[in-house]
Amino acid sequence: MANQKKDHRKERLDRGIKVRTDGVYAISHWTEMTYLLAPRALLIGGLLAAPLILSYFPYWQRVLSIICIYALLAIGFDFLANYVGLVSLGGGFYVGVGAYCAALLNSHLGLPPIVTVPLATLIGGIICTILFLPCLPLRGVYFAIVSLMFPLLAARIIEALNIFGGTDGIMGLDGFSSGWVEQYVLVCALLVSLFVLRRLVIEDVGLVFRGVKDNDQAVKASAINITTYKGIAVFISSALGCLGGATLAHIYNWAGLSQFGLDYSIIPIAATVVGGGGTLVGPVIGCILLVWLSEELRDLGTLRIAVYALVLTAFIVFKSEGIMNFATRKYQQFERWVHI
Amino acid sequence: MDIVIYGMVTSCSLALMALGFTLVYGVSRLPNFAHGALYVLTGYLAWLLLKRVGLPYPVAMILSLVVTGIIGAAMYHFVLARIRGMPISEIIASYAIGLAILEGMRWFGLRGGTFRLPPFVDGATELLGVSVDFQRLIVVGLGVVMVGLLWLFVSKTKLGLALKGMAQDERAAMTLGIDSDTMAVVAMALGSMLAGAAALVLLPLGSIVVEAGYHVLIMAVAVCIVGGLGSWNGAILAAFIIGFAQILTWKYFGAHYQVVVALLAIIVTLIVRPSGLFGRQKELEERV
Repeated sequence: MANQKKDHRKERLDRGIKVRTDGVYAISHWTEMTYLLAPRALLIGGLLAAPLILSYFPYWQRVLSIICIYALLAIGFDFLANYVGLVSLGGGFYVGVGAYCAALLNSHLGLPPIVTVPLATLIGGIICTILFLPCLPLRGVYFAIVSLMFPLLAARIIEALNIFGGTDGIMGLDGFSSGWVEQYVLVCALLVSLFVLRRLVIEDVGLVFRGVKDNDQAVKASAINITTYKGIAVFISSALGCLGGATLAHIYNWAGLSQFGLDYSIIPIAATVVGGGGTLVGPVIGCILLVWLSEELRDLGTLRIAVYALVLTAFIVFKSEGIMNFATRKYQQFERWVHI
Repeated sequence: MDIVIYGMVTSCSLALMALGFTLVYGVSRLPNFAHGALYVLTGYLAWLLLKRVGLPYPVAMILSLVVTGIIGAAMYHFVLARIRGMPISEIIASYAIGLAILEGMRWFGLRGGTFRLPPFVDGATELLGVSVDFQRLIVVGLGVVMVGLLWLFVSKTKLGLALKGMAQDERAAMTLGIDSDTMAVVAMALGSMLAGAAALVLLPLGSIVVEAGYHVLIMAVAVCIVGGLGSWNGAILAAFIIGFAQILTWKYFGAHYQVVVALLAIIVTLIVRPSGLFGRQKELEERV
């Protein structure tokens, strides 16, 4: 094998069916249509059917909700990092803001969850965007560090000022009317945001976003205000996080400091790395795998975070393209060794 | 008067925490987010060697420092070397390793507040009307000594000069025959040992807890950013600014606000002047 690698190289070619489905021939035969639709149908159908299938395993229903919340955060992170070039390590901040918004709306104004969740998504997104506005000119490591500080700071300030219930949090929130509502709200929100984001990044505005990432000076030279675009992107990403946070608050009937926790910052990033950055679907798959793994490892106690971190490191080092990119390549191309 | 003395103590401990972080970043542009984990690890290793194995205190300290140095070097060699130049992967990978070390230690038995290293010298004294225990004075003394030693090392020894060269201009240093990877390994080993040394000096003041890892990381990052990432003078100056600011807030506002000061310092510094007080990065690299 070692000898073979020396004077051989791997050649990758697109499969015939992939080339055909790129063009108008996509609708010429049912095999081509299946080839195109099967992966998409698998994800959409799988997610929509999951609550029904899991109704026999009540414990895993809750896990599904958690997966969806992390997945919302993760696609927000992926969008912001791989299409706009802003790596935000502060996912916990979005969740916390969303949860507290929903909790305040629910406990002070008495609004039902079906109203507070969309409101908290919107208000939370606006709050996060305004707070991040001064940091938007930063890039790279600097933005990453500043965003990592936001959730920590928010938790400390709430603790120090003793506002919003202090360390106890806000308790006794209304829950969703049933588990079905909870899961289908989350699954639908996830699918809709996945669809919208995938469309968004191939529209004109997506082109500008990628321009901001690849060469912001050129975008600036085209008389486009990059801070505005970064602001819009942060709003989208943080609104997704706030949506997750608001639902989380209603699932546990509680909003507290732990919702600014590092879990919500680190797991979506891990999922994006594992699933494959820049694909938007990859992070969802990553979340499913990672949350499932962490449920399986629940017996290990705190060691599971260690296992988790090692899986993440292994992926970064050995398989940095992630599952989704790997699977796409296998699906669309075949490989062979050719002699040189 | 107590503000001055305790401010000195806090500043020196902050400087100790940050030295290793800024050394590694300065030499190889590697944000070592496992810094806090290495800090706690050294303390816990020293405790294990001292209390479980029964080695004498100095031997336990030196042994744990060596082990931490080796772990740091191995971390670079096996993981970080493969992802050099991708800042975000570097942050995530080193943070993940740190998380694995910290949570692994918690699983291994580091829970509760019963893990204490004995102070080097017991007792307390009166200094200008304020009672200070000897360990805190040792912190100040060792802080000064270590900064001095580090300065001597980087400006007098060949290895230190090579590190400095790498920090100033990687390519020029490479043309002069200094190997980038070797230097990064040395810097990681040294940086980990500095984190460990800080732990051995500071941990006798309290008990060894896993949460200290996160705290030390935040503080090290705060000091380094305010001082300018990779700048050693800046880090020391920033340690004094943040240290005194923390003691003042502790005195006049309450202990809760101490961390808020550090975090606000980071955010304000990054927004106003991302390269920090002494930063040498080009303006264009860090903001638009």
